[in-house]
Amino acid sequence: MIDLSTNYMGLKLKNPIVASSSYLWEDSKNIKKAEKSGAAAVVLHSLFEEQLEIEQEELNKFLLQGTESYAEAITYFPEIKEFKFAPDEYVELIKEVKSNSEIPIIGSLNGVSDGGWIKYAKKIEDAGADALELNIYFIPTDISLNSEKIEENYSNLVKSVKQKIKIPLAVKLSPYFTSTPHFLKSIEKAGADAFVIFNRFYQPDIDTQNLEIKPNLVLSTSEELRLRLRWAAIMYGKVNPDIAITGGVHTGNDVIKTIMAGAKVSMMTSALIKNEIEHITKVLSEINEWLLMNDYKSIKSIHGLMSQEKVLEPSAYERANYMKTLGSYK
Amino acid sequence: MKREMVTIDGNEAAAYVAYHVNEVISIYPITPSSTMGELSDQWASEREPNIWGTVPHVTEMQSEGGAAGAVHGSLQRGALTTTFTASQGLLLMIPNMYKIAGELTSTVFHVSARSLATHALSIFCDHGDVMSVRSTGFALLASNSVQEVMDLALIAHAATLKSRVPFLHFFDGFRTSAETSKVERLSIDDLKKMIDEDLVRAHRARALSPDNPIIRGTSHNPDTYFQAREKINPYYNACPDLVQEVMDKFAKIVGRKYKLFQYEGAPDAERIIIIMGSGAETVEETVNYLNKRGEKVGVLKVRLFRPFSLKHFISEIPSSVKSIAVLDRTKEPGALGEPLYLDVTSAIASAFSNGMLKIDKMPKIIGGIYGLSSKEFKPSMVKAIFDELKKSEPKNRFTVGINDDITHKSLEYDPKFFVEPENRTRAVFFGLGADGTVSANKSSIKIIGEETDNYAQGFFFYDSKKAGSLTISHLRFGPEPIRSPYLIDRANFVACHQCSFLNKYDMLSVAEKDSIFLLNSPYPKDEVWNQLPKNVQQQIIDKNIKFYTIDAYDIAKDIGLGVRINTIMQTCFFALSNVIPKEEAIKSIKKFTEKTYGRKGEKILKMNYEAIDKAIDNLYEVKVPEKATSSFDLKLSMPEEAPDYVKNVISKMIVFKGDELPVSAFPDDGTYPTGTTKWEKRNISLDVPVWDPEICIQCGKCAFVCPHAVIRAKVYPKDALKNAPASFKYVEARFSQFKDYLYTIQASPEDCTGCKLCYETCPSKNKQDPMLKAINMEFKDPILDREKENWNFFESLPYVEREKLNFSTVKDIQLLEPLFEFSGACSGCGQTPYVKLMTQLFGDRAIIANATGCSSIYGGNLPTTPYTKNKDGRGPTWSNSLFEDTAEFGLGMRLALDKQKEYAIELVDKLKDDLGKDLVFELKNTNQDNEAGIQKQREMVKLLKAKLKSIQKPEAKDLLSLADSLVKKSVWMLGGDGWAYDIGYGGLDHVLALGKNVNILVLDTEVYSNTGGQMSKATPLGAVAKFAMGGKSTSKKDLAMMAMSYGNVYVAKVAFGANNAQTVKAFLEAEAYEGTSIIIAYSHCINQGYDLIHGPDQQKAAVQSGYWPLLRYNPNLEKEGKNPLQLDSGKPSLPIDNYVYNETRFKVLLHSNPEIAKKFLEDLKKDIQKKWSFYKYWSEMPVSKEGEK
Repeated sequence: MIDLSTNYMGLKLKNPIVASSSYLWEDSKNIKKAEKSGAAAVVLHSLFEEQLEIEQEELNKFLLQGTESYAEAITYFPEIKEFKFAPDEYVELIKEVKSNSEIPIIGSLNGVSDGGWIKYAKKIEDAGADALELNIYFIPTDISLNSEKIEENYSNLVKSVKQKIKIPLAVKLSPYFTSTPHFLKSIEKAGADAFVIFNRFYQPDIDTQNLEIKPNLVLSTSEELRLRLRWAAIMYGKVNPDIAITGGVHTGNDVIKTIMAGAKVSMMTSALIKNEIEHITKVLSEINEWLLMNDYKSIKSIHGLMSQEKVLEPSAYERANYMKTLGSYK
Repeated sequence: MKREMVTIDGNEAAAYVAYHVNEVISIYPITPSSTMGELSDQWASEREPNIWGTVPHVTEMQSEGGAAGAVHGSLQRGALTTTFTASQGLLLMIPNMYKIAGELTSTVFHVSARSLATHALSIFCDHGDVMSVRSTGFALLASNSVQEVMDLALIAHAATLKSRVPFLHFFDGFRTSAETSKVERLSIDDLKKMIDEDLVRAHRARALSPDNPIIRGTSHNPDTYFQAREKINPYYNACPDLVQEVMDKFAKIVGRKYKLFQYEGAPDAERIIIIMGSGAETVEETVNYLNKRGEKVGVLKVRLFRPFSLKHFISEIPSSVKSIAVLDRTKEPGALGEPLYLDVTSAIASAFSNGMLKIDKMPKIIGGIYGLSSKEFKPSMVKAIFDELKKSEPKNRFTVGINDDITHKSLEYDPKFFVEPENRTRAVFFGLGADGTVSANKSSIKIIGEETDNYAQGFFFYDSKKAGSLTISHLRFGPEPIRSPYLIDRANFVACHQCSFLNKYDMLSVAEKDSIFLLNSPYPKDEVWNQLPKNVQQQIIDKNIKFYTIDAYDIAKDIGLGVRINTIMQTCFFALSNVIPKEEAIKSIKKFTEKTYGRKGEKILKMNYEAIDKAIDNLYEVKVPEKATSSFDLKLSMPEEAPDYVKNVISKMIVFKGDELPVSAFPDDGTYPTGTTKWEKRNISLDVPVWDPEICIQCGKCAFVCPHAVIRAKVYPKDALKNAPASFKYVEARFSQFKDYLYTIQASPEDCTGCKLCYETCPSKNKQDPMLKAINMEFKDPILDREKENWNFFESLPYVEREKLNFSTVKDIQLLEPLFEFSGACSGCGQTPYVKLMTQLFGDRAIIANATGCSSIYGGNLPTTPYTKNKDGRGPTWSNSLFEDTAEFGLGMRLALDKQKEYAIELVDKLKDDLGKDLVFELKNTNQDNEAGIQKQREMVKLLKAKLKSIQKPEAKDLLSLADSLVKKSVWMLGGDGWAYDIGYGGLDHVLALGKNVNILVLDTEVYSNTGGQMSKATPLGAVAKFAMGGKSTSKKDLAMMAMSYGNVYVAKVAFGANNAQTVKAFLEAEAYEGTSIIIAYSHCINQGYDLIHGPDQQKAAVQSGYWPLLRYNPNLEKEGKNPLQLDSGKPSLPIDNYVYNETRFKVLLHSNPEIAKKFLEDLKKDIQKKWSFYKYWSEMPVSKEGEK
């Protein structure tokens, strides 16, 4: 019997597959499906900072639009006393899911500013979430903003959220930092219990015919995994927080790679959107099979096996590897 | 026991009592009573219990007639039942009122009294509606103030149970109904004590029950009806005493004493006024003022008008009285006097003759009319009436408040006469509709009313335009109760929240000496003085006004509040007015801000807190110079070329000086010239569309979509450019039939409302700068003069001959002259593009019957109206009958046209020898199916008329008066879904069944838009509307399918935003169809809750999601062996979520009851799928010729 169990930010997981944050989990039935299919934990869809504010602003604007302007129609909508916004629904979802799930449920907050919205971290904890994932998704467009300031903002945000909660905190980041190791260390100091690498920015596309920018959601492929494998492998052993890999995990083999590189857990979204949630079962059996075939007794036994500190040729993860790759291409 | 003091309006006061002492409430919206129904629906959906601990059932009906029927039925089954209505609504209840009263059934109808539609509709107050039901047998009980509304509502409910006589409890609509006032709220315990449980059970015991069967509502014969009718007399005889008993019981429980007739004033008064309604408060206020100054006057306030108790009435008349003026707020043309006057005269005469009235000499009694349609009734007018009573021969049947220069019945009065106490704050605020001014003032009243011992009163005036409108708030605060139900004309605080209004309205005319003037202005404090018109500067100097300024828009924008400047301006008011110490006031504003915005989320609350703090920091006093320096003044004049009527009459209404117009200024019968909006240059938009000819593809979509016909297209020969301004833009026309012509798109900058639909719809992007299109919005101020000149030149260019255009293309259609322009509809309105299109296609021969609603308001509300004429003087002719009868009204027009045409042809035949056979042949046989044929027939008729003038036969004169009926006319019935789906459906259905050649255009906004968004049967499943607070739980009625079931009706469902070519096709086919046609037009609307710039996109989404399938059902196709049903849109391809959740009407349910919202969405999906499958199946059914399958 292969032991797939692992430990992520202190959460005991029955295997390393975590369903990563996506719209799929807005529906509690899908969460149940993920659990039945073998997911060890689920990171709920994100509560967006902008969503919290825009939702309130828009509702307020359109309930008041055109009011008190014309004698016969002083208002256009009935006076509703209580509103439920996304956080309220989110909290209710956590409560509902926690009441009938046995796997850990991880809440997710997505934002950039150190504003009032972070109080929802506490609400998520109070609703029963086992951990919180903070997805910091910041695109700098201001020419006067230097990298130091950006990194400082990230640290401050992590600190602020950490202060609000007792449950473990994972921080999901982008790969675009000048010195990722140094930056991750500072986030560790700020209180992160895990790093989730990396978030996939939805890259806008251009509609050349209509001269418009089009939002574009492209599902990940296993190809994208390499970037994550490199950084997991480099960081393994250099930082204390656990590492989770997300973006490009599609198969059992992908999962094996992530764990070997140094991740504690392997997160999946695109594969589940593409192949249905039940795909988790297939991936788990592929992992089992691989470990069995290769004589490993547990998933823990391959943890960090191929990390930079353990491989014979550490430079494989550095620039030399780049040179070699280019050479081989020729 | 101390009761809670609340600041509420009359509607809420009535609804509070009615809701809590009833079990069933049957409602229907009509201004100004709708609020009572809305509150009842709201409380029921919040599960607020009545005094028996159960939640009343609140049901919206299809009309007031329906509501009254449901009330009658519910009463027959023994439930305590009530309803609310006004005006025409009350008239529709009359048949049931006779029944309910004849059956001695206890109920109370609460009525916010409103004018009846006569020569014109009016939503404002008089007692015309109430007086129309005085013979029904209902008791009529009048409340004069908001406090009285609450008290007498309860007294009415208690008295009806006791007397078995049904009650109509009324108060003045758009005065008491809308006046916010500080009152003592009756407790639930008070309500319980006043409602006798034994009487409730007795009411229930009289109910129909198969367990104890009875029969009620039989038919009588001549032998019995009369006697049986007289059997009710003892109940009416007993009623007044019973009401007084109830009033006395109320006094014991609550403390406030009421009498059936209540006299106030000098016990030895020689002159008295008898009056009912809010005007009685004004009279009482004036009486108190005059008596303190040595006069001996009094007022008799009539509360129970029916049954009229002679005993109680006479007991209140002072024996010293020598002359009496009876004031009626209604007009009964042709009567000896108005109703109250006649009753009083009869009562006094009767009591004098039988000795009941202990008085030496019969007093003089005169009757007068005041306050029709909320005409102001002020102490100065009361004084004039008392002065008139001093005269040896006072005017009888006088009027007051107007200048009657025709029959000279009006009394003159001194407008400067003023009775209000010195220790009262009187503040007037001029705001822009929807800027939050009114809600800020309502909040200020609550703060002062509920946080201090002061009394407070607020009244709000709105103009009749739906975009860029003016609001005027009148607020009074003071240590004594406020009895001044009239507008403030002497204010010690004046605020102008919209700087541009300074150039239009003389605001400071209401400012008194040493008052404060607060201006929201974009100009710095050192520059603002120079931006004021000279008249304003002079008044500030002369009246020693302290002048303050703030740039509230800048602050609001900065904070993220958009144009909502309410919190900022409210803070300034408190900071300057000293009604409450500043610090305390700010604390209170913050407290109320939390109450108001807290539930809407932290972000909103934070923004408003910030607004309060920033207001204080940015409020500046302006140093007032000694001399007025401006070279410009208020712009009140009309252009020289405007018609005299516009210059002399309409111009006054535009600047709110209509009160100054004498009787002679008006038409005798409500007939007005069309095409007057063009003279009212409203200049309400900051940005206006500007055309880029280089980018334009000449598709005409911008002109098609413009709700106000502001942006237009023309083609014209090159030589027409001779006198063009240098900045006038043009390009080679790309129309095959107009070779060597030029093309221009031009907007009228002063008429634009700034909706940006033209920009949004323009498909043509500038390839060098994707932000720009062929139409771009530009800041108006710097280009105004240039664009005005361009517009004027554009207007001078001729429209092309209609015969040259291809009516099947949108591009060509947009070269037709719109005969509906610059209406007062909302900015971005989704209805008016259809109306405009109709006038472009058929306007020069259209007769319109318009249902009451949005389309009748933007179509026919004074001061200016949008239907207009072409260069030949032809254009749509328009009339509004009622809300409920538009199909019948329009049908009547068709019947008349058909008969007139038939008779005209008969006359042509009779005169054939005089007319000549060729002309007779042409007149009878010209094919008028196309523009050329119509034009030819017009020429023939012109010829006919010329010939007829020389024929000396009676038939010739007759034919001359009917000759125009030989040219094809197009009858259109216009209305919203409230009319077509609900109140007017019976008539509409009948007209569909008759098959006459009429065209019905249903402007479907899916709610009662004009009255503020109440649910109709067109409201979609899952949408939140008033009367459907928890979301509509049933499907939208499929009117198209119902109409198609007749088989011989042309039916179309259109949505111009999704497919404007299909819309045009449907209009053309509908009009060409020789039978009844109905077009159901998707009309995006402010009630749907999104930025209307996305209206066309939402139309597209509605079609793509299958929610609004586009279709045309043309019975003519069946004759050709084709399926008459053509689906013009494809299979649903867009998830319904992507349509509905763009709109607040759906989204708000997600935020209030997400579970239900999700369920409704699933139900809606199924409904759409089911309907689509059915339509698809129908459209593919094989059909053979003659309809054989």
